[in-house]
Amino acid sequence: MSFLETQNIVKNYSNHRALENVSIQVNEGKIYGLLGPNGAGKSTLIRIINRISVADSGKVIFDGHEMRDDDVRNIGYLPEERGLYKKMKVAEQAIYLAQLRGLSKQDARKRLAYWFDKFDICAWADKKLEELSKGMQQKVQFIITVMHQPRFLIFDEPFSGFDPVNAQLIRNEIMELKKQGSTIMFSTHNMASVEEICDEIGLINQSKLVLQGKVDEIRESHRQGLYQVKVRRPISGENHQALLASQFYQLENFHENDLYWNFSLKKNADCDNVSIFSELSQKFDLISFEESIPNMNDIFIQTVQKLNTHE
Amino acid sequence: MNNLGIIIAREYGTRVRKKSFLILTFLTPLLMVALIMLPMMLSTIKGGDSKDIAVYDESGQYVSRLQSTQQFVFIPYEKPISQISAEEKDDYSAFLSISGNLCDSSGQVSFYSLKQISMDLKYEVESQLEAMASEDKIASYNIPELAQILQEVKPSVRAESVLWSEKDSQSEQKTSSEISMIIGMVATLLIYMFIFIYGSMVMNGVVEEKSNRIVEIIVSSVKPFQLMMGKIVGIALVGLTQVALWVILVSVLSGVLGASIGLSDPTAILESQTAMMATSPAANMDSEMMAGLQLLQSFNWGQIILWFVLFFLGGYLLYASIFAAIGGAIDNNDDAQQFTLPVTIPVIFALYIGIYGAMNPDGPMVLWCSFIPFFSPIVMMVRLPFGVPGWQLALSFGLLVLTFLLIVKIAAKIYRTGILMYGKKVTYKDLWKWLKYKS
Repeated sequence: MSFLETQNIVKNYSNHRALENVSIQVNEGKIYGLLGPNGAGKSTLIRIINRISVADSGKVIFDGHEMRDDDVRNIGYLPEERGLYKKMKVAEQAIYLAQLRGLSKQDARKRLAYWFDKFDICAWADKKLEELSKGMQQKVQFIITVMHQPRFLIFDEPFSGFDPVNAQLIRNEIMELKKQGSTIMFSTHNMASVEEICDEIGLINQSKLVLQGKVDEIRESHRQGLYQVKVRRPISGENHQALLASQFYQLENFHENDLYWNFSLKKNADCDNVSIFSELSQKFDLISFEESIPNMNDIFIQTVQKLNTHE
Repeated sequence: MNNLGIIIAREYGTRVRKKSFLILTFLTPLLMVALIMLPMMLSTIKGGDSKDIAVYDESGQYVSRLQSTQQFVFIPYEKPISQISAEEKDDYSAFLSISGNLCDSSGQVSFYSLKQISMDLKYEVESQLEAMASEDKIASYNIPELAQILQEVKPSVRAESVLWSEKDSQSEQKTSSEISMIIGMVATLLIYMFIFIYGSMVMNGVVEEKSNRIVEIIVSSVKPFQLMMGKIVGIALVGLTQVALWVILVSVLSGVLGASIGLSDPTAILESQTAMMATSPAANMDSEMMAGLQLLQSFNWGQIILWFVLFFLGGYLLYASIFAAIGGAIDNNDDAQQFTLPVTIPVIFALYIGIYGAMNPDGPMVLWCSFIPFFSPIVMMVRLPFGVPGWQLALSFGLLVLTFLLIVKIAAKIYRTGILMYGKKVTYKDLWKWLKYKS
């Protein structure tokens, strides 16, 4: 069931429409990737969910009820524009921000001790933030996001601005939080990370939601009947065109060398993989046969380009 | 503790623990006391060695009557000035030549010296010689007891002002318009300073949060209005703390310093003053000061301080919310100018009205301005020590509070939108647009 739902969110700014009837569902215990080009409206939607700004119309359903002010205490938010008080001591501001999320001072201290220990930055608790290295500041920022053990986490571009080591650390922590039952939503441009960790995605383009669903299902539905095949070069095989003529597919690309042929096929409608495979395995000494399933990056670019040229 | 309380606690806590706050708070009263006390202490130490003044008196009728003082010793000198050799010129601080009769126009008094003589010496000699000349003149009339008669016909007039109490026709109070004026000016300047110092503290705090980008995290936990009010109230408490510490420090310090130079016990001073008055006419000035000190007690300090604090808070809250909105609209302090200027003008205008009004606290300009909310916190202060009818204070303060409530609403709208606008140079047109966004 969905933990967070937006229903027909509309948001207008004085000279443009930022969101138009956006309805997304984020299922409990899942990781939801909010995708879209710059300026599509992702951050606006995230701000509305965080109750930083207010929708002109539409509803946000949180944990089964229409969202209330105190629900923000169950949200952890890492904004795209990172930042903390530069001149305030690390532990002090972490506790301050946790208190604003409804934690008592004692609890905040305990949780902070746990995280500082985990990330190995205890020695820095009484330093001002500006005295810390960039990488350490990022860790602190992450700790502050998750410290109050929110049930719902929003990361706006979590992997941008982090160095590779920290990005990996954050990725692991996100997976860990998911295992513990948190529901997570993040916006990103990093499509590799989407395939790696997202269960579901929503794609926003020009203020509209244009695609939503499980990552695998979306990839499956964007199949175009393309195959990558590698075979040993046949002894009598000088004319590959003739050898590769078939009722099941068309040849798309062909590369050869002394040992192998590499080629791609596009299947004709209404035929299954088994027919293609059996025909190829009879004709050739088959090394590999794989149907290409488009990755999220391709789907993203395709979808956005298609929509933008239509308009 | 609710969110507003947490925010106030942070705004207050981080500021009063800053080194700069402690330094400013403890050094300012020291400086003030030093400024007040130093001249007093210096005046008690009469400048070091006495100076020898050689006096050539042609007629010989004055030199014997010149009285040496602590500073100047007058020594008769035989040779006229023209005969003094170059070496002798160095022996005395100055040569004084008196020729002719001072009672008529033939008299001539001149100083000769290598270094410019001090004003003190000039005044001392002039006043002594004047006294002698007038004595001689009186004596020359040969009227018995003329000197005493003249003394009696030279009365001294000193106006005192007495304030009737409106409620109790029997009670009267001695007041001093000079002291009222000084109190009014000090209060006016203080409020003027506080509005600027703490108002810009609010603005800088907002800009800091915005440029640090932490504001987005905070407003995802609390309402922007809570954040803004938390900051304003927290800084108001910082201001009140500072004022309270100053009052305590200044009174303790002036007590301590006063005691060290023998000004501690006012009754003792009073006694010594009256004793001195009998002997020396110069003590007159000091006794006036003492009377002034007594008059200070005639003011209704409780009421003055109460209204000072109320108008301080009202004025601060009004301007601080405007400063908070400006802070929200700009990205860094360099952009502040275009928005702070229109805020600065009424404050400075009010200060001028206040200073002008100190001379004439019942003038129509002062009266009207003490009701206009943007001026009243500053201008009312100047009227306060002269006594302001209760209904006027209440009306003025009520208007101030109402204006604050209106302004804070507008400010909150600008602030709310502005804090999330990064990297955009904001114009007045933008502000107007933000006002119309729904909350």
